[in-house]
Amino acid sequence: MSSIRINGQDFKISTADDKPLLWVVRDDAGLAGTKYSCGVGLCGVCTVLVADRPVRSCIFSVSKVGDAEVTTIEGLAQDPQHPVIQAWIAERVPQCGYCQPGQILTAAALLRQNPNPSAADIDAAMSGVLCRCGTYLRIRRAIQRAAHSLHSQEMQAGDQRHA
Amino acid sequence: MLREFDATRRSFLKIGAALGGGLLLGVRVAGGAAAAVKPPQAKTTTFAPNAWVRIGSDDSITVIIDRSEMGQGVLTSLAMLVAEELEVPLEKLRTEFAPAAPVYVNKLSGVQSTGGSTSIRNGWEALREAGATAREMLIAAAAQKWQVARDGCRAEAGAVIHPDGQQRLSYGALADRAARLPAPQAVKLKDPEKFSIIGKPTTGLDIPAKVNGSASFGIDVRLPGMLTAVVARCPVFGGTVKSFDAKAARQVSGVRRVVTIDSGVAVVADNFWSASRGRERLNPSWDEGALAGLDSAAIRRRFAQVADQPGSEQRAVGDVAKGLAAAAHRIEAEYETPYLAHAAMEPMNCTVLLGKDRCDVWAPTQAQTAAQVETARLTGLPQDAVHIHTTFVGCGFGRRLNQDFVSEAVQVAKAIDRPVQLLWTISDDLQHDHYRPANLTRLQGGLNAKGRMRAWRQRIVGPRMALGGVDIPYAIPNLRIEQHEVDPGVPSGPWRSVGASQNAFIVESFIDELAHAAGADPYEFRRGLLGKTSRHRGVLELAAHQAGWGSPLPKHQGRGIAVYFCFGSWVAEVAEMELSPQGDLRVRRVVVAIDCGRTVNPDGVAAQMEGAVAFALTAALRGEITLADGRVMQTNFNDYPLLTMAEMPAVEVHIMPSDQPPGGVGEPGVPPLAPAVGNAIFAASGKRLRRLPFGTRIV
Repeated sequence: MSSIRINGQDFKISTADDKPLLWVVRDDAGLAGTKYSCGVGLCGVCTVLVADRPVRSCIFSVSKVGDAEVTTIEGLAQDPQHPVIQAWIAERVPQCGYCQPGQILTAAALLRQNPNPSAADIDAAMSGVLCRCGTYLRIRRAIQRAAHSLHSQEMQAGDQRHA
Repeated sequence: MLREFDATRRSFLKIGAALGGGLLLGVRVAGGAAAAVKPPQAKTTTFAPNAWVRIGSDDSITVIIDRSEMGQGVLTSLAMLVAEELEVPLEKLRTEFAPAAPVYVNKLSGVQSTGGSTSIRNGWEALREAGATAREMLIAAAAQKWQVARDGCRAEAGAVIHPDGQQRLSYGALADRAARLPAPQAVKLKDPEKFSIIGKPTTGLDIPAKVNGSASFGIDVRLPGMLTAVVARCPVFGGTVKSFDAKAARQVSGVRRVVTIDSGVAVVADNFWSASRGRERLNPSWDEGALAGLDSAAIRRRFAQVADQPGSEQRAVGDVAKGLAAAAHRIEAEYETPYLAHAAMEPMNCTVLLGKDRCDVWAPTQAQTAAQVETARLTGLPQDAVHIHTTFVGCGFGRRLNQDFVSEAVQVAKAIDRPVQLLWTISDDLQHDHYRPANLTRLQGGLNAKGRMRAWRQRIVGPRMALGGVDIPYAIPNLRIEQHEVDPGVPSGPWRSVGASQNAFIVESFIDELAHAAGADPYEFRRGLLGKTSRHRGVLELAAHQAGWGSPLPKHQGRGIAVYFCFGSWVAEVAEMELSPQGDLRVRRVVVAIDCGRTVNPDGVAAQMEGAVAFALTAALRGEITLADGRVMQTNFNDYPLLTMAEMPAVEVHIMPSDQPPGGVGEPGVPPLAPAVGNAIFAASGKRLRRLPFGTRIV
């Protein structure tokens, strides 16, 4: 047995297990916010962050996680004021909502890596996460909004440092 | 383990009984977590004047949502109807999904179901009346308590205000007293002029839960001692299992049982991962049955053969034979549309807890009555002993009107005597869906020497569901629509906008062909065939105006228009597309105009139009289910690809102001998209595409 760290909490796993991370998150850690869809890494719905990078948990073996921190939607939403979560609410993105945890985590990873993405950057980062309801226009706007609010937060933090 | 579980089940059922027939058992609270059981609250009394409103003495106000929420926003819009009359701010409301019960039958379908864009049309009167009834009883209760004339009291923001304008009693404080009053015989509904909630763009009440991972879908239901089942099904429709290796499947760690059910062989395990690996070892052989040789080319040949013969009349005006014979100019065309899968993102699933005298079923379903009837049939329990718990639904589009996944889950539960969650994969669903059926259509059109429409003949061949939804609003003196019902045996079912999804493509492409044959502008040609008060014409003009119809476009770009009525609403769309030098097609912009009567939530309507464009564009560019050797060839999103963000056009939605009764919204945005894009392709390239999907490269 060994353990992995999800949203700051340790969960015991069997190292012999070749189970995808998705099922450890959903079944063993009981975190149902991460959704199962295509099962073969095509749709991005099951995206979680491993060491802040988006991975498709349905094809990511749990044994590969190692010491890295796993963040699921529940982890990101521990801060309800998270700019991506707030932007998703402000742009009224979700329809059925099933793919949105994967969309939100992918967007959060994008903004961490690229705080000021162009429309093309957004399309490139997000086009691997499918939404059958067609919420793409609102997702794009939400990411732009989140980028903007991250930027203003940083400006404020900068002003405070200089004050 | 089993003993432990049995104890849990007993306590579970006891809670169910305490809640009065399970009315509140396992319902999902929007914004709440995945709690399967809501413990009864001991000291609150509840004022429940009807099936939709519950007001607790703790000031909780709950609206029962009697339709399924699958992204179309009914949880919010139905709650808005109640809140408007109840005089409660939306943010004070909680929502719960209704159990299956006769009072929640959809008057437009005759069963408790969510489909046909009927939720608002069905609830428009009933839910406002439910809110108004509660409001009137709360006012009466306050007047009684204050010993004042009720006419001087009024309801406002979840409280009743005393005639002095100062004192107020919250609804919760009045719940106990109101519950003892008789319900009024009739209530007066608000003057629409005074609406403060209906008609205002409103954020979905379920959005907070859908952005923090707490929204509970069918797949998220967890019961103590629950096992997970997957089913191996014959790859050919109607085939049956001959043999399988249960022993090999059971050797997979975690696999508990292998059982045969009607549709195939179920592998039951501690979790999905074990069950699916067990299924891989089953090595089943099948008796493939009558459809073993079926393929797409043979289906097409059969449709084309039948299309040579006159069909039965669907609609006729004038004398089409004479009209065509007298026409100065005639054109003919043959159109084809393919089978399509729904491709819902949440795989089909259902969770069943079967006891001696009751059965609880949790499902992301669109059809509560059908789920209840099927469960009762399989278990032998009376229908009212079957408790359907509707969860959030991860995409519906009509797929979940069929209860095949519920039936399978109940069959497995019967066989294993444990609670079970049955789960499909996306491949299972693409290969065992109830598909939007294919059709083939032959058309003839006739124009007189001045380019005026004289005759239209349309002969449609396909399964029943591909024959309906034909809307030809144009003034054509001689018209005949014929149909041949030919069903090759591929399971078919309703798919967002049903027959309109394909017949709009055919009708609105062929009218475009006739416009060009007449040398007319396609917009002006349509407009000239529509009466001045026509609501088709209203949205056609609105879309054309907003899109800048007629303004010049760069080379290799084209603009196409289409208008259609279905499910109570009129929608026109203008699509702008461009072709790269290599012929790669890109839809840049879609302008949508909708007349859906009075709008409840304009933001919800806009979201549905955006979504309809994405859904219909996916189908128009790439959607196609093909068969070979009786098998569906598509396996996952690699060969049944969905539209991506990079391909999403800009969508502008314009809602026609209206005081007419509400129409449907979920479906009507879909039909005009394919013809608008096809007509734009013609405008840009001179190529008339008469077969869907178009593909993404025009050569």
